[in-house]
Amino acid sequence: MSDTDRTRNEPGPERRGGPPRPPEVAPENGGVAQEHDRAAHELAAVAPMVSGQSVPVHPETARPAEVPSETRVEEHQERVIITPPVRPPTMGLRRPRLPRWTPLGLAVGSLAFAVAVGLVAGLDSRVQWGLIAALVFVAANFALTAAVEGRRQAVDKLALSLIWTSFLVAVLPLASLVWETVARGIPTVSWDFLTHSMNGVLSWQQGGGIYHALLATLQQVALASLIAIPIGLLTAVYLVEYGRGSLARAITFFVDVMTGIPSIVAGLFVLTLWIMALDFGYSGFAGALALSILMMPIVVRATEEMLKLVPNELREAALALGVPKWRVILKVVLPTAIGGITTGVMLAIARIAGETAPILLLVFGSNLINANPFEGPQSSLPLFVYEQWGYGTEEAYDRAWAAALVLIVLIMILNLVARGVARWKAPKTGR
Amino acid sequence: MSPTTTASPPSTGRTGDRIFSGLSKGAGIALLAIMAAIAVFLTARAVVAIRANEGNFLTTFEWNANADPPVFGIAVLLFGTVASSLIAMLLAVPVAVGIALFISHYAPRRLATPIGYVVDLLAAVPSIIYGLWGALFLVPRLTGLYEWLDQFFGWTGVLSYDGSPARSLMTVGILLAIMILPIITSVTREVFLQTPKANEEAALALGATRWEVVRMAVLPFGRSGVISASMLGLGRALGETMAVATVLSPAFLINLSLLESGGATFAQNIASQFKEAGSMGRDALIASGLVLFLLTLVVNGAARLIIARHKEYSGAAA
Repeated sequence: MSDTDRTRNEPGPERRGGPPRPPEVAPENGGVAQEHDRAAHELAAVAPMVSGQSVPVHPETARPAEVPSETRVEEHQERVIITPPVRPPTMGLRRPRLPRWTPLGLAVGSLAFAVAVGLVAGLDSRVQWGLIAALVFVAANFALTAAVEGRRQAVDKLALSLIWTSFLVAVLPLASLVWETVARGIPTVSWDFLTHSMNGVLSWQQGGGIYHALLATLQQVALASLIAIPIGLLTAVYLVEYGRGSLARAITFFVDVMTGIPSIVAGLFVLTLWIMALDFGYSGFAGALALSILMMPIVVRATEEMLKLVPNELREAALALGVPKWRVILKVVLPTAIGGITTGVMLAIARIAGETAPILLLVFGSNLINANPFEGPQSSLPLFVYEQWGYGTEEAYDRAWAAALVLIVLIMILNLVARGVARWKAPKTGR
Repeated sequence: MSPTTTASPPSTGRTGDRIFSGLSKGAGIALLAIMAAIAVFLTARAVVAIRANEGNFLTTFEWNANADPPVFGIAVLLFGTVASSLIAMLLAVPVAVGIALFISHYAPRRLATPIGYVVDLLAAVPSIIYGLWGALFLVPRLTGLYEWLDQFFGWTGVLSYDGSPARSLMTVGILLAIMILPIITSVTREVFLQTPKANEEAALALGATRWEVVRMAVLPFGRSGVISASMLGLGRALGETMAVATVLSPAFLINLSLLESGGATFAQNIASQFKEAGSMGRDALIASGLVLFLLTLVVNGAARLIIARHKEYSGAAA
């Protein structure tokens, strides 16, 4: 890449008849092309200056073809307008730059401004104060930078503000979600809550618990895993070790598409097949069937990625010793990738543990403890949350938040353990 | 000695090989069979429902599938699903691209890795919890914003607001945007991180600011990745059930004002009506589920095709 750049850039000075590069800049430029971001920023500030003093077009500012021509023109005009004819010796070749504390100062200033506006105009929502402060900050930052450092730097600052804003905008609701769940769930969660069912508890009464739902969720997820993990693993093995040609391509494509099946559609499918066509009743197992459909593509995808990371040398070494291929796969390939596969499987389990829609259609819901997942309606944690929300009383809301907290904790533990396993058993890829 | 050792293992190996490769091939074919079975079984029930339908399946504005004769149509569902998903896309994609850029190019490295982790964790939060949060926390806090929108943009008709609880398609769109942010972000981030370092450094060496590097090197490289990530997010939003079922106050009509309650989506309609549905009602819901299935199939298939083509392209370049 650096070769192509050189060929693009080098003819520049000869063709345009520009002067030779100033010696003090050239080595710095070479360094930038290799590594150092910081040096590159220095140069970004330096390059226009140097050329501004000597001649308008200079090798350092010569650009590849994709730069729109108007940028160059603007830059050129700006240079002519802003660059003062004589620089104080201490500034050297640098453009004037805002001091490092400018953003902080601006932030404090715009906050104060927003508070003043908020108090004077009598805006009672703190959100509005925050919005005013943010707008003032972005505008002031842009204007000030444009005045002192130039338009390009100002656009850069604007983009920086927008990207930070988008980050904050996204973090706020997500943080609020976690906070609400924890804050409103904790008061209700207790040992009693975890070990009792909702048997005989009316919607407006306090008490009751999630034991029946927790038990059913664990059973359904275990059953779904028993179905989905073998099929998923074998499919991934087929795709990586055996699959060639159109069948493998079709499977790859449909596994991808299957990842996007809405959970309610999977639920409807099992409903038509298991309950309507084969005439079984509502049961935890029917729910597990739907969950396994949702789980399979995730397991395939994760396992496939991991198997691809296993170095071919390992396979070849084992094959060269005369080991049959299936034993190579079972004894060499799978154990090498087992860490990543475990992670993928646990993430898949975490994903299906929170599914509500298929459970709603297939398991139906129950307030009683039903320890047999093959017979009769059960409940499940996400379904419990939905039911309690539907009752619409404060007591039921409390139970919903508490169950949501238990569910989130369960899923986060699965996730964290999965990532721990991934880090602990990560295959060495030489990066 | 050597002939015996070389002769016996290959034979066992070959039998084992045949069994094992047969098993793994069978599993792959089973996956395909499941996909085919989904289409076949849903279609079979849907045909029964559509045959009995007295209204037009595509244009009727009501859902009385349990009545005799049954009358139902998916026009309202289609409008609600597409409208809420599009709102979600409009809100989520720019923000997700921003976060992805933040993680891949702006955040200090010590901050970037944990943020990436957190984004992945948030993708795992179950939709019912988003729904609960949306219904009990978000909805009461949106009335102020909607009144403000009504004050300034109410004349458009699309953004007029009557002061009812904010359980509308717009609220659903906002909630869906929050829900699909993590998935769009994580896919986009991966693509941005693959931008060739040499391109970025070349731009920097020419004096580009950081934003110019992003605009000239990172965004053009990641464009197809952003498109496919958005479509994956769209697929999620189209099929989302519980978050919509908890937040939306459904009504079987097309209300052009997105801020007022009313409307329905495919998945939400199935979840809300299922328990009251008779046998014809179920078949009708299955028919609407089939439409949803085809819709997500098209969107996801297109997204995957774009990703696959991009992979080949970048593989050839590297």
